[in-house]
Amino acid sequence: MKIMQNARVQDDTDTNRLLVNWLLSNSQISTIQRDLKTGPFSPFLCPMGKFSFSNTASGQTTEEDGKDKETISVTFLNKDGEEKVIEVPVGMSMLEAAHENDIELEGACEGSLACSTCHVIVMDVNYYNKLEDPTDEENDMLDLAFGLTETSRLGCQIVAKPELDGIRLALPAATRNFAVDGFVPKPH
Amino acid sequence: MKGGFLFRGWKTLTSRGFCSLNDKSLRVCVIGSGPAGFYTAEKMLKAHERAEVDILDRLPTPFGLVRSGVAPDHPETKIVVNQFSRAASNERCSFFGNVSLGSDVSLSELRDMYDVVVVAYGAESDRSLGVPGENLTGIYSAREFVWWYNGHPDCRYMAPDLKCTDTAVVLGQGNVALDVARILLRPTSELQTTDIAEHALISLQESTIRKVYLVGRRGPAQAACTAKELREILGMKNLQVHIQAADLVISPADEEELKASRIQRRVYDLLCKSATSHQGHDFAGQQELHFIFFRKPDEFLPSEDQSRVEGVRLEKTCLKANGLSRKQVAIGTGQFEDLDCGLVLKSIGYKSVPVDGLPFDKYRAGVVPNLKGRVLSGDQPENVNIEQGLYVVGWLKRGPTGIVATNLYCAEETVTSILEDINEGLIALRSGSPKPGRQGLLQVLEDKNIRFVPFRGWEKIDSKEKLEGQLRNKPREKLTTWDELLKVALGR
Repeated sequence: MKIMQNARVQDDTDTNRLLVNWLLSNSQISTIQRDLKTGPFSPFLCPMGKFSFSNTASGQTTEEDGKDKETISVTFLNKDGEEKVIEVPVGMSMLEAAHENDIELEGACEGSLACSTCHVIVMDVNYYNKLEDPTDEENDMLDLAFGLTETSRLGCQIVAKPELDGIRLALPAATRNFAVDGFVPKPH
Repeated sequence: MKGGFLFRGWKTLTSRGFCSLNDKSLRVCVIGSGPAGFYTAEKMLKAHERAEVDILDRLPTPFGLVRSGVAPDHPETKIVVNQFSRAASNERCSFFGNVSLGSDVSLSELRDMYDVVVVAYGAESDRSLGVPGENLTGIYSAREFVWWYNGHPDCRYMAPDLKCTDTAVVLGQGNVALDVARILLRPTSELQTTDIAEHALISLQESTIRKVYLVGRRGPAQAACTAKELREILGMKNLQVHIQAADLVISPADEEELKASRIQRRVYDLLCKSATSHQGHDFAGQQELHFIFFRKPDEFLPSEDQSRVEGVRLEKTCLKANGLSRKQVAIGTGQFEDLDCGLVLKSIGYKSVPVDGLPFDKYRAGVVPNLKGRVLSGDQPENVNIEQGLYVVGWLKRGPTGIVATNLYCAEETVTSILEDINEGLIALRSGSPKPGRQGLLQVLEDKNIRFVPFRGWEKIDSKEKLEGQLRNKPREKLTTWDELLKVALGR
């Protein structure tokens, strides 16, 4: 189902800001963990030869292992709204790309569609509509995501393709307002 | 991968430097090594470069419910242990298995030793129904049953009789209820390639149970499960699903509830879809799953010789508005019906066990009173104190609900509180007389002659289990007794 309205973005609270500050202030440690994390994700190491798209995307073509590799530009908005632009090879998921680039995106199940921790919000509904509809399985996981919006997706299920060049993804400033008796999924 | 090798080399070179932490270390003790404990440890290590985190667990094995709660046929959900193991391998992190809070070391001792103590030991007991006959043989909590099939050493010898009956009643309709129903009904040929405990697999292979009733006090619009778990069980091969069409009729109040919750809407839609698609496809001899809505247990019926359970008396319920809350509650109607069964699994919620020195709210589902993870004490609402240096996370903090990832956000909140308190100077890092931290704990354990299991010991268990598993085409064959676990971990 495609939708025509803008994404709702979470309120920024003091707590969020504090959280972000400490996340950012320890980027070195994060990098170390991230390096280790990339281990299990390997599909993108396969030759990218078959993705030899022509000029639909404005991404650059880089030389790697003697093969052409098309990339698209993706902007991640951190939890405090800070932007980071990265180049993502076509065929790579946003979860892998985030981890390659030290972006604080969790990935508890390492992309096996068994958790909701790599939840991202597509900032522009036009880009959201360029994505394949989420499967039932992805929707089942999105049910459990914090700060769900109309344009929420799982990072592991968004795979870079030329049409997505320029996409902007926000990491949800997931709610820190815990009800004491447990989390109630946000109405959607 | 190249980067990985480089990194490992660098890590070896610098590890000695990291080890010699100065007196300004922040000594953190996390009690409990489930998802809440490990996410807290991980975030604490990331957020504070001088944090030294010790994780205690009463079991020789880490990861809490990821090991003993997550169903064996859900291996993807367990992948998160990779992340937790990476945290455990951090130079500033240590695991102390086989150390029991209360008996081996007290909370007040730990608070004296560490700058920050985070309780994360979850909920290891059960809510009770409080209806007659609850102690009959054949009635178990779903928690015990789950521990049993997951090889928890405390339920190794539970030995539920699955051969005396063809019918099991599961009270509750949450994810745990769906898990136990699925394990009872799933072909054992599919279970035998999971990490299910061997004793449970054998028992399930011999099981005569072919009908499972899932009983809920409220209706399909209020079912407490998630769509993922429901979709899975409704899609099981050779399973006949029974849902009364009349139960699916919803009231305006139900519609309000559904409107407010995407997850409940999707669960309700799945139930409706299943009710229509299963019509007219009944085959004799198939396994059966019955959703029983609007019923609450009134009493358990004993067999003639009173030796075991033979049925459940259910009272029909109807839904009523609950004050200002949008959620409706079930109330009895005075109409009863009996359901024959030889096994009852109560899946009505977990409950945390209190420990000396920890403020506890016994009226509110066993939750530790807290302000964003800061433990609060005081009997009266107007007389509340913040317990300095004591924090709570996970089920002890929120009550026993949520999924693995819920603990991620829960841990972020508690860690944020800890960091705020450090910045405000509420946690005194006295450079003159620093707290003994790990050294103090090691001393106590030595004095009491307690042999703890370090993470290396768990890795021995892990290798042994994986090796045993290989021989049987399972991801692992769990060690399921305290003796075996300690023998392998400590090499004695």
